[in-house]
Amino acid sequence: MTRPTVDLRPTTQPPMPRARPIASFFTRPQVIALAAVLLVNWLLFPGFFTITWQDGRFFGSLIDVLNRGAPVAILAIGMTMVIATKGVDLSVGAVMAISGATAATLVTSGVPAPVAVFAALGTGLLCGLWNGILVTVLEIQPIIATLVLMVAGRGLAQLITEGYIVTFSDPLLIFIGTGSFLGFPMPVVIAALLMILATLIVRRTALGLLIEAVGVNRSAARFAGLSAGALLLIVYTFAGFCAAISGLIVAGDIRGADANNAGLWLELDAILAVVIGGTSLMGGRFSIPMAVLGAMIIQAMNTGILISGFSPEFNLVVKSAVIIVILVLQSPISARLFRRLPGAQK
Amino acid sequence: MTVEQPVLEARGIVKVFGQHRALDKVDFAANAGEVHALLGENGAGKSTLIKILTGAYQPDGGDLLLDGQPIHLRDPLHGQTYGIGTVYQEVNLLPNRSVSENLFLGRQPSRFGLVDRKRIDAQARDLLTRYGLDIDVRADLSEYSVAVQQIVAIARAVELSGKVLVLDEPTASLDRNEVQRLFDVVRGLKAKGLAIIFITHFLDQVFELADRVTILRNGKKVATQALDTLNTTDVVRMMLGKDVAFEHHPSALSGATKGAVRVEFQQIGRKGMAPFDLAVHEGEVVGVAGLLGSGRTEVARLMFGVDTSDGGQVRVDGQPVTIRNPAQAVAAGFGFCPEDRKIDGIFGDLSVRENIIIALQAKLGWFRALNRDDQIELAGRYAEALDIRAADHDMPVKLLSGGNQQKVILARWLAIDPTFLILDEPTRGIDVGAHAEIVRTINRLREEGLALFVISSELDEVVAYSNRIVVMRDREMVAELDGDTIAPDAIVRAIAGTAPGKPQEARP
Repeated sequence: MTRPTVDLRPTTQPPMPRARPIASFFTRPQVIALAAVLLVNWLLFPGFFTITWQDGRFFGSLIDVLNRGAPVAILAIGMTMVIATKGVDLSVGAVMAISGATAATLVTSGVPAPVAVFAALGTGLLCGLWNGILVTVLEIQPIIATLVLMVAGRGLAQLITEGYIVTFSDPLLIFIGTGSFLGFPMPVVIAALLMILATLIVRRTALGLLIEAVGVNRSAARFAGLSAGALLLIVYTFAGFCAAISGLIVAGDIRGADANNAGLWLELDAILAVVIGGTSLMGGRFSIPMAVLGAMIIQAMNTGILISGFSPEFNLVVKSAVIIVILVLQSPISARLFRRLPGAQK
Repeated sequence: MTVEQPVLEARGIVKVFGQHRALDKVDFAANAGEVHALLGENGAGKSTLIKILTGAYQPDGGDLLLDGQPIHLRDPLHGQTYGIGTVYQEVNLLPNRSVSENLFLGRQPSRFGLVDRKRIDAQARDLLTRYGLDIDVRADLSEYSVAVQQIVAIARAVELSGKVLVLDEPTASLDRNEVQRLFDVVRGLKAKGLAIIFITHFLDQVFELADRVTILRNGKKVATQALDTLNTTDVVRMMLGKDVAFEHHPSALSGATKGAVRVEFQQIGRKGMAPFDLAVHEGEVVGVAGLLGSGRTEVARLMFGVDTSDGGQVRVDGQPVTIRNPAQAVAAGFGFCPEDRKIDGIFGDLSVRENIIIALQAKLGWFRALNRDDQIELAGRYAEALDIRAADHDMPVKLLSGGNQQKVILARWLAIDPTFLILDEPTRGIDVGAHAEIVRTINRLREEGLALFVISSELDEVVAYSNRIVVMRDREMVAELDGDTIAPDAIVRAIAGTAPGKPQEARP
């Protein structure tokens, strides 16, 4: 079948753009926002960028931002994939409490610490699986399905701790929350490893593409022969797993499991981090590193307000202002405006 | 029959959507005291014409005349003030309010600024008695059957407007008795001198109720005729295409060159769809002819496991396979280009390249990822073969034209190297150039030995590429034509049910 139309087209395809040039990374709204927040922090507190080496580890405000931001960053890694499928997981805060409670209670009752850690991670997986089953098998809307565990999960955690704040002095659990590796705090190391691992897994296998396909158009995914159900199960289970890790870190940090307050409202910060990172709540395209960056923006703002001496209530107002700016920068309207600027086109 | 002046008349109506001419100089006239049926397949322009007549759309050309005076309708509400009322298939009233409230919503009789409940209930009862309904008007509308709701909707529309009544598929969800009840109401209104425009795809109802019929096809008016001069076969012929231009080349398509059986369906069916047997051979196109609602798409969905069959068996190359969901169908080497591209086919935000490789990737599984180079190569190869025009393959597929999107879905299935391809209306809503290319592609795939099952409303198209044609009517395969028996007359008669096609018995 030769047709004259072939001549009308370029004989070779235009070269595919390879990986994004570094320059375009620095012009992303999230990166600019993080830089701006850090700059403001530096203006408020000139010692902000100072990092010192002490007792075999780094110290400084920047390290503190990374360390404090790690639990939300870890939640955001799981949340990104859930949101990419057009879902949401409201239960991750409660799962953090369950995981912390499990580890603390087991350790104080004499179970070896590694077993307690695996048990905590296991409960996280189970919680995630539960959410996944509600969403896929019972076809409950994600926001409602995970609301169940968001509410019930705190109760479960209290049942596990029998209503007490269970404190422990187990070195392994404390190390997870406060230890260091190569000079970096353990939470930062864990978050970074998880980010790299998760990104590699979704991008080196076909999981990432298939998840995006399900998020963009679930019906078309079914017609193309994708097993959307299995993918959703995996994604929610992974979100539960991430929440369990965060729960361990938070518990280790305060050397105790507080069923009422561990991870409280953090699901909202995690969702925010994902959205700031540019993953649409309508599902589809996602980026795990950008979501982690989003978590860091949130934490940088928290830290900035703290060190500047403003009252913490101020935090919420500033946070919402920054979020509005970022969302406006990401909106289609501003994209159109930018395109009209001379020299800004691709 | 002809009245000197129509109540509502449309002259030379043109409506263009993007590059698609939905209506091309269509004339239409509804007279007082007649039921005028409007017929056409999906995409013929029925609903566009209705929306223009009721004011929901503004025409890009042509005039609307009411009692001979030109009018310009801003919106359906404006249309109502001129006396043009509409009742849609899904009753768009408020199910959780009472019948009387529904009848008088927006114009409740009031006393001292308060709604006078007693008076509206009394008026509602009066009104409905005239329609032969004696029901408790204070009860919620949702407590009554769809038929009653339909009559309430008609009563409301007639009360509000009272000159022209448009009924858009009013009988689609009614049973036989309810249809009769509705028809009695319509006949009563006709006797009162209303002009009634009736849209449906049930031909028998058209013949039962309507006086005249206007048939649209591809945005053009085919004919307006009194129904007592027509029979079903004439109507079907006009709906599906003039006197089909016969491009059927027997040399290439005769039964003699048939290959081995690739796919065999035995007793596949489910509730509302009579079980069917069908074998498709290597290098064979089985075309499906039938009107909208005849079960064409249902057959395709059953074959691909989108709906599960209640029983029966599927064999691929003689081996039994289980197909209870699309993933199993893809694993068996089936591909399916669905009728509604946007909803069931395209991943709008994903790139052209990803849209092409997605089915193959789903088939390979999660861990055998196609790397970027493989993807670029595959997408390039099939885009070249199907002449997909995209600036680059990294752009979102939603930016492509309808024809190119269709080719992307076709490319997606070719990439899995299928044994059996199901195409549901592959040429619907795409421009003429892409249309011809898709038809050429179907022919080419057949020559390359693929087994295909193609559904189309375009009779001349089906005839042009099919070795065999199955005819569907009332959710049943009623006839099978091949070789020399593929003649447009035979197909039209089989669809209309006026003559048995070949082996299977046709319902009277």
